[in-house]
Amino acid sequence: MTTILTLPVLLPMLGAAVTVLGSRWATLQRVVGVVVLSVVAVLAGVLLVVADERGPIVTELGGWPAPMGIALVADRLSALLLLVSTLVTLAVLVYAIDQRIADYGRGTASTTFHPMYLMLCAGVSLAYLTGDLFTLFVAFELMLTASYVLITRRTNASRIRAGMTYVTVSLLSSLLFLTAIALIYAATGTVNLADLAGRIGTLPSGLRSVLGLMLLVVFGIKAAIVPLHFWLPDSYPNAPGPVAALFAGLLTKVSFYALLRTQTLLFTRDEPWTLLLVLAVATMLVGALGGLVQNDLNRLLSFLLVSHIGFMLFGLAVFDAAGVAGAALYAAHHITVLATLFLVSGLITRRTGTVALDRMGGLARSAPWLAVLFAVPALTLAGMPPTAGFVAKLALLEAGAAAGVDTRIVAGVVILASLLTLYALVRVWVRVFWGKRRAPLPDEDDADEVVIGTARSSVPMYAATGGLVAVSLAIAVFAGPLTALTARAGADLVDPVSYRTAVLGARASR
Amino acid sequence: MTTSRDESHDPMPFEEWDRPREAWLLSGDCRRPGQRSLLLEMTTRAVFPTVLVFSLYLLLVGHYGPGGGFSAGLVAGLAFVLRYIAGGSDDLGAVVRVRAPAVIGTGLVIALLTALAPVAWGAPVLSTTKLAVALPLLGRAELQTSVFLDVGVYVLIIGVVLDLLRALGTGIERDMRDAGEDA
Repeated sequence: MTTILTLPVLLPMLGAAVTVLGSRWATLQRVVGVVVLSVVAVLAGVLLVVADERGPIVTELGGWPAPMGIALVADRLSALLLLVSTLVTLAVLVYAIDQRIADYGRGTASTTFHPMYLMLCAGVSLAYLTGDLFTLFVAFELMLTASYVLITRRTNASRIRAGMTYVTVSLLSSLLFLTAIALIYAATGTVNLADLAGRIGTLPSGLRSVLGLMLLVVFGIKAAIVPLHFWLPDSYPNAPGPVAALFAGLLTKVSFYALLRTQTLLFTRDEPWTLLLVLAVATMLVGALGGLVQNDLNRLLSFLLVSHIGFMLFGLAVFDAAGVAGAALYAAHHITVLATLFLVSGLITRRTGTVALDRMGGLARSAPWLAVLFAVPALTLAGMPPTAGFVAKLALLEAGAAAGVDTRIVAGVVILASLLTLYALVRVWVRVFWGKRRAPLPDEDDADEVVIGTARSSVPMYAATGGLVAVSLAIAVFAGPLTALTARAGADLVDPVSYRTAVLGARASR
Repeated sequence: MTTSRDESHDPMPFEEWDRPREAWLLSGDCRRPGQRSLLLEMTTRAVFPTVLVFSLYLLLVGHYGPGGGFSAGLVAGLAFVLRYIAGGSDDLGAVVRVRAPAVIGTGLVIALLTALAPVAWGAPVLSTTKLAVALPLLGRAELQTSVFLDVGVYVLIIGVVLDLLRALGTGIERDMRDAGEDA
């Protein structure tokens, strides 16, 4: 079982190495990518079941005991998010492969795409599984470095501009992260999360607040919390469809997971965190209002992505078991639904040749299946019953209503932001799917990665998108067991003692 | 890149068996004479093998002393950077005939298999052990299995440096030539 824990990290890396070596054989690359991610998905499922039944699974790399060596930990939260993320990466990979086949033919191989994609997956797995603050930094760097390559492949001028914003902001936040780790190590003498949980409580409260706020800023930049969100709507929409879906689904949520893990484990609180409540309100409203006025479909989705980060922040800000559980459930739902919407946006653009809402129309008649694929995740994101979004939002609202007056007010903002989201998406629906049919616009730039306006989309691209819709529906169908699972995960999170005992064993008391 | 290599496939006359092999010297026709620096080329000829041997020393000494796969790989990479600076991309192409991504992939595979290998003996991932063998004449020799991980990292880093030279060196030179500027 402890070996299984390392495989979600090592297998994608091995896959990356094999796809680099086989960079002339397109079929080999595709098979390796899909097989590796499928195996990791199965392993993540096994980890989730075992972690839920027997408590956190821990392995110490190289057999070095935990505070000194590096520990990998899979508890309910990390295993759940790992499973959902891997399903998303698998579906996006299938979509990307078929888009490539549709655009360039079956034989076209790529030296960079598959290795970088799998490296990014390895980084995501490591970020979820690590029990060590410095390894978390390494995981983020692995993930981000791969994402720099993916966002700047086959560039045109606008993509280079967007890529520069993205790279600069990410590097800045990584530098801050490294500084924060250095300060934490200087203050406590350890970077192991479980060990830190015991030691950081003995620091003076001022120093503890500074360290906590530094980590909040670091992960706030990476997770696009208002007012640190400015880079996201500028960079994501310029990436090619599947890459944007991958980033939108995973990167910000991994950062949110890191925020959730560090704040609940290291900087425990007994009552709601007012600062984070304010940030959550700002994030929800700025994102939703920003989404209302966009004409570019991908920018609109990016703003909604920012808005819904605020929902998860609200769950964390409530800072009790119910709130954190709601945030975990919301993260799982958010990963699938945002990735789906960006994939659908890619399909729409392939059909219409544009991302501008005012230049499309009538797709409901010309592409009814596309309309279905858009409608389900759109309703899910807006949180209409009986979708997964409703289940997740209900968990957040219940937690907010039970926690106090402040949180009840913010819960009202949650409902307002949901309505604004619904309005923004209805606007998309009216512009894109209703109205009179329009002929697709021609591809403006033949040289770039994306072929658009051809209406050529293979069945597997639809199937991959449909698969993600199915995952999202499954979250709604299995809402009962899942809510119970995240409730247990939330209870784990607000009680750091169980995490410490699992990692450090008898050494935890010292 | 190919013009200077073609003649080496010709069978070499017996009496010229000790003729210097081109791969260890800078191939003379790679740059315009005005751009060549004789001093740098001669220094490179002497330093290149020395640096490679030093990098192997760093690789092996790394378990107990300063060194290890990463720094050894960088030092070896610097040897190739020196050749590139002295002789340009044609000379580098004459020394390194494999594609840089293949080097990177090989290094990564070696490192990852070393990480996974202990599982076969029931030990945790990434654990290492000490192998001791009695060699005739030399006596007892010890080998930390972590050296295989270092070898993987070493190869990987060399591949990365070569890829950087290819992308940022040769690639930019080619772009400048295509644009009509003098590289």
